[in-house]
Amino acid sequence: MSDRINPRLARIWRAIALPLLLLAAWEASTRLSLVDPHLLPPLEDVIARGWTESRNGDFVTALLASLGRDLAGFAIGALIGTTTGLLLGFLRPAQAIFGPTLRVHRQIALFAWVPLIAVWFGAGEPGKIAFIALAAFQPSLINTWRGVQEIPDRFKELAAVLTFSRLDFLRFVGIPAILPAIFTGLKAALIYAWQATIGAELFMTIAPGIGGVMMQGRQLFQMDLVLLTILLLGLVGAGFNTLAGLSETLLLRRRTS
Amino acid sequence: MARAPLPVSLSLQRLVLQNSAVLAADQHAALLLSGFHPAPTGDALIVSQVQQELWNGSGARPPETHVSFSGTAGDQPGASLDRINAAISDWVGAHAGRLLLGLSFPLVLFIVWQASSLYGWLPDQILPAPSLVWQVLQDRIGDGSLWDDTSISLLRVLRGFTIGAAAGLLLGGLMAASRRFHDYLNPLFLAVSQVPTLGWVPLLILVIGIDEGLKNILVALSVFIPVTLGTYQGIRDVPHAYREVGQVLTFGRTQMLRTIILPAAVPAIFTGLREGLSNGWQTLVAVELLASTEGLGFQMAYGRQLFQLELVIAAMLVIGLIGFVFDFLLGRIENHLQRWKVAA
Repeated sequence: MSDRINPRLARIWRAIALPLLLLAAWEASTRLSLVDPHLLPPLEDVIARGWTESRNGDFVTALLASLGRDLAGFAIGALIGTTTGLLLGFLRPAQAIFGPTLRVHRQIALFAWVPLIAVWFGAGEPGKIAFIALAAFQPSLINTWRGVQEIPDRFKELAAVLTFSRLDFLRFVGIPAILPAIFTGLKAALIYAWQATIGAELFMTIAPGIGGVMMQGRQLFQMDLVLLTILLLGLVGAGFNTLAGLSETLLLRRRTS
Repeated sequence: MARAPLPVSLSLQRLVLQNSAVLAADQHAALLLSGFHPAPTGDALIVSQVQQELWNGSGARPPETHVSFSGTAGDQPGASLDRINAAISDWVGAHAGRLLLGLSFPLVLFIVWQASSLYGWLPDQILPAPSLVWQVLQDRIGDGSLWDDTSISLLRVLRGFTIGAAAGLLLGGLMAASRRFHDYLNPLFLAVSQVPTLGWVPLLILVIGIDEGLKNILVALSVFIPVTLGTYQGIRDVPHAYREVGQVLTFGRTQMLRTIILPAAVPAIFTGLREGLSNGWQTLVAVELLASTEGLGFQMAYGRQLFQLELVIAAMLVIGLIGFVFDFLLGRIENHLQRWKVAA
C-alpha cells in the first residue's frame, strides 16, 4: 500500500518500522509493569539519564578516555602490522622465515593473550594499549601481506619491460596496487581495536572509559547506564565504519576515475 | 572443455520442435564453459540426453571426454610405489628448504626462551621455563583435567556456533530471498552488529546471570553476524545468468536452491562460517575469562591469579591448536563442497 505512494518513503518506513515496534513494546511493557523496572527501566528514564550524564560531562570524559586508548593502540598495532606485511610481502626470505609462525599466531584467540599481556605489561594503561595494538596488528599484517602477494604478474612484467627502478616500481606499481588491501586491513584493524578496547576495559583494571562506566552500571545494577553505554559503543562503531568508508573512497578516488 | 560444434544439419521442423531444448542445451554448455558445473540430475540430465540426441541426429560427434588417471594401465604395483617414493622425495626436496626456514624462527624463539630461563634473565612469574609449561601440560593431560576443560569449552562453542550459524543462515537466506524482508530487518541488524559483542556482557549478566545461557547467547551472537552477512551477500551475488538457466530449465524452488544458488553461494557462506567460528571461539575464551568456573578460559584466569604463567601458556597452546583445527576443518569442508569448481 505505502510503496505504491512513494518508493522512497516506503523504504524509510520499512527501515524504522521494526525499531519503532520494539520501542513501543518496551514502552508498553514498562507502562503496564509487565517487567521488573530494574531489568528494563522506562524509556523516558533512560533518555533522562542520558541527558544528565552528557550534560555533566561524564560520558564525554569516558568516551574520550576510551577513544584515546583505542587510537593509541590502533596506531601502534597498525603501523607495525602494515610494515611487517610489506616486509613479508616484498622480501622472500622474511616471508619464508616469519610467515609460518605468524600464520599460526593468528589462530590463537585474541583474548587468550589478556593474562599474559597483563602480567608482562601490567594491567594498567600500558597493558591495555599493548593488547589493543595486538588486536590491530593481526588484520593489518594479513591484509597488507596478501595485497603484496596478489599484485598481478602482468604489472610486474610491464614494470620489467619499462626497466623501472625499484623506487619507480614501488611508486607507480607497488603502492597503488597494494593500497586497497592496506585499507581493508586498516578498516578491520579499527574495528578489532575497538572490540579490544572494550575487552581491555572489562578485563584489566578499572580505568576511566566506557568499559569502566559499563562495569559500574552493572555493579550498581543501573540498567539505564548499561543500556546507554551499549548505545554509545554502537555509535562509535558506526562512526568508525563511516569514517573508514569515507577516507577509503577519498583516497582511492584516483583509482576509480 | 571444448564447445560442441553446432548441429548444422538439423531440419527446420526439428529445429522448431526442439528450439527450447537447443537453447537450454546451449545455456548448459555456456555454463560448463564458465566453470559452473551442476550435477547432472533431474532436468540437467534430461538436457544432456537431449544434447546427445542432437549430436547424434546431426552426425556431429559429441565432444570427447578426457579422463586422466594418475597411473597408466600397464603399471606394476612396485613401479607405482617407486613413483610415490619419488614424488615424496621430490616434494621434500622442494619444500625442505622452506620448511627449515619456517621452523627456524620458532626455533630461535624457543632457544631464547630456554636460555632466558636457564640463566634466570626473567623470573618464572614473568616467563616460566619451557620445561615448566611442558610439565603442566603433562600433568594436566595425565590427570584428565585438561581434557575436561577442553571438552567443556568445545561443547560450549559448538552449541553457540550451531545456534548462531542456523539463525544466521536463516536470516541471511530470507533477506536475500525477499527484498521486503531485507528492508524491514537490515537496519536493525546493522545497528546490532555495530556493538562489539563483549559490550553486551554487562547487560546480559544483569538479565540472565553468568550461567551457560550467557555463553550460549554471546557465542551465538558473535557467530550470527558474520554468517548472516556472508549468506546474504553470497546468495544476492549469484550471477543472474545462473538463475536464468534455472528458469529456462524450469527448475522448481528446491531444485533451484539445491543445484544452482547454494553451490554458487558456497564460498561467501563459508567465509562467513569460518569467520563466525573463529569469532565464536574468541568470544568464548573471553567470556570464560570473565565469568566462568570451568573451561580453558577459566584455567587461564585462574593461572593468572595464582601467577602460574605456565598454566596460562599451556592453555594458550591448547586454544591456539583448537583454533587451528577449526579453521582447517572448515577449509576442508569448503573444498569438498566446491568440487564442481575444480572439475571445470
